[in-house]
Amino acid sequence: MAEATPMFEARGLVRHFDVSRPLLQRLLAREGRRTLRAVDGVSFAIPKGTTLSLVGESGCGKSTVARLAVGLYAPSAGSVLFDGRDLAEARGRADQRRRMQMIFQDPYASLNPRWRVADIIAEPLRAFGLVSSRGERESRVAELLTQVGLSPLDGQKFPHEFSGGQRQRISIARALSSKPEFLVCDEPTSALDVSVQAQILNLMKELQQRFGLTYLFISHNLAVVRQVSDRVGVMYLGRLAELAPAESLFRRPRHPYTRALMEAIPDLEMTGRERIPVGGEVPSPITPPPGCAFHPRCPLAQERCRRERPEMKPAGDALVACHAVEEGRDDAMPMPRLARDAA
Amino acid sequence: MSNAGPLLEVRNLRVEFPTRRGTLVALDDVSFDIAPGEVLGVVGESGAGKSMTGAAIIGLLEPPGRIARGEIRLAGRRIDNLRYEEMRRIRGREIGAIFQDPLTTLNPLYTVGRQLIETMTTHLPITPAEARRRAIGWLEMVGIPAAAQRIDSYPHEFSGGMRQRVVIALALCAEPRLIVADEPTTALDVSIQAQVIALLKRLAREKGTAMMLVTHDMGVIAETADRVAVMYAGRIVEIGPVRDVVKRANHPYSAGLMASIPPLDRRVERLAQIDGAMPRLSAIPPGCAYNPRCPQAFDKCRSLRPELMDAGTTRAACWLYDTEAARG
Repeated sequence: MAEATPMFEARGLVRHFDVSRPLLQRLLAREGRRTLRAVDGVSFAIPKGTTLSLVGESGCGKSTVARLAVGLYAPSAGSVLFDGRDLAEARGRADQRRRMQMIFQDPYASLNPRWRVADIIAEPLRAFGLVSSRGERESRVAELLTQVGLSPLDGQKFPHEFSGGQRQRISIARALSSKPEFLVCDEPTSALDVSVQAQILNLMKELQQRFGLTYLFISHNLAVVRQVSDRVGVMYLGRLAELAPAESLFRRPRHPYTRALMEAIPDLEMTGRERIPVGGEVPSPITPPPGCAFHPRCPLAQERCRRERPEMKPAGDALVACHAVEEGRDDAMPMPRLARDAA
Repeated sequence: MSNAGPLLEVRNLRVEFPTRRGTLVALDDVSFDIAPGEVLGVVGESGAGKSMTGAAIIGLLEPPGRIARGEIRLAGRRIDNLRYEEMRRIRGREIGAIFQDPLTTLNPLYTVGRQLIETMTTHLPITPAEARRRAIGWLEMVGIPAAAQRIDSYPHEFSGGMRQRVVIALALCAEPRLIVADEPTTALDVSIQAQVIALLKRLAREKGTAMMLVTHDMGVIAETADRVAVMYAGRIVEIGPVRDVVKRANHPYSAGLMASIPPLDRRVERLAQIDGAMPRLSAIPPGCAYNPRCPQAFDKCRSLRPELMDAGTTRAACWLYDTEAARG
């Protein structure tokens, strides 16, 4: 079968940060350079018009992947392909940039407080030279405001006059103004109240259907991820632990970390019930454990897990980086309550 | 004072903020009780008044905010009109506070041991040596490994999850009877969150500590609280047992709020949403503050403000449950 070119592809993506102390201190303390492996070999593809979500706890590298995806960071190794072309090599950078946009988590920090909303939304239009006259710009801004559920009159106001949810609508209007095909959304609803979150998620779904948008969605909230995703990647300490179609992931999580994460989430059915916490904490990405990074917290860990780093291997319709799954030992760990209930 | 009574009683609490453009009413006519050993969850959107209620109880309202009406009683004793020094003694000794960001609670210049020991020697009649022994015990209790060594570490030497546990130990070490916890797990990852919640629940159970748990995370409320109060625009709109409020809310706002939570166990095409936004304090509509967004609003809702009334399983401030009108 001839596969269509994915909208977005990450191939062996690596991003390291140098977090060494200053030279003199290093010499005095006789220590070497220290490297934080924020993203350490991540590969995935997003077909056009679909949503791939990356989930994981803080420090797992999901936001770094988002920044690599839009070129805010350059990869230390590996490559980012946008519509089949390497982002690093593309000479027509402006054209690439126009086709991809980003929505950030904090709608209070991502809008310039001194600009009127209409100017904020029109900024990409100006930057990419997409409108030729003032009238055209104004009508485009009015159209965008309407598309995200605001009034064209709101363009004359300043960001502080809006609530968090309305500001996130403004961010979305700004992102849409250059008619992008690919949106990277980094925790777009994490700063919002739950009732406002529902409004924004519904809006994002509508816009996706209407304009055929492709989303890379970053979130720590599994319930939100379940609502928006076609495929889900679970990240742990800079690497993918599991990559699977969304429904499959929630019905039959395979990686022990995915199972533990799902078991740890409180939900409304929990009244009076104890959840089972994942023991321990995420280790430091500066000194990750050898072998599988999850082995110190994993109930299925064996000698091989402490020694050899697992690669992503097919398991059913998923890709899983786990020796226990590969060896068929994963039945020893019970499915999370949620997946059991669904079965 | 009888032991069977509530530990905390909040009656008709009203908090005002005088501004140049007039007085803003941040909390209006808020009343509730918490019994010993009970966890009351307080939920609502940002700006609904959840944190403000907690701040009023621990006597840390930010000026120019002030209690304009009503009273707060702890074990029968009125605490809302105490002088600063008296209130400071109650804070720590009788009321422990846990805030969202552990870094604002801990002093970065002192070791965690010193902060725990100072808190205990201030409030309890014990020697510093005894306080140190107990401090190690508290750190062990909240799950800090190698507590005897870590006690001499500074806050920055702990991870976020560990710091929040230190804050909890600090709130508990003088053995207060009431804990006011404002978003205690919001800054934490789910796996750490589960550990902290389990700890708080165990303490409420074992020590009979009463807790007011302020959070916007309904999952945390569902698993921790015994009763829930839902706040909207500075008032309690519904209060009742956790199961009833979460699964069968009577007030249209609580029902809408619960319905907008994305479900974890299935995918829905479109999430239920409440259109519009909560009004600002300066523009609270007449009648029921929720009426412009309420799908069931009728004439009375637009002119008369409902008090909390019996709605079967819960109490709700909503004219739908006005039995007198039904009779008349």
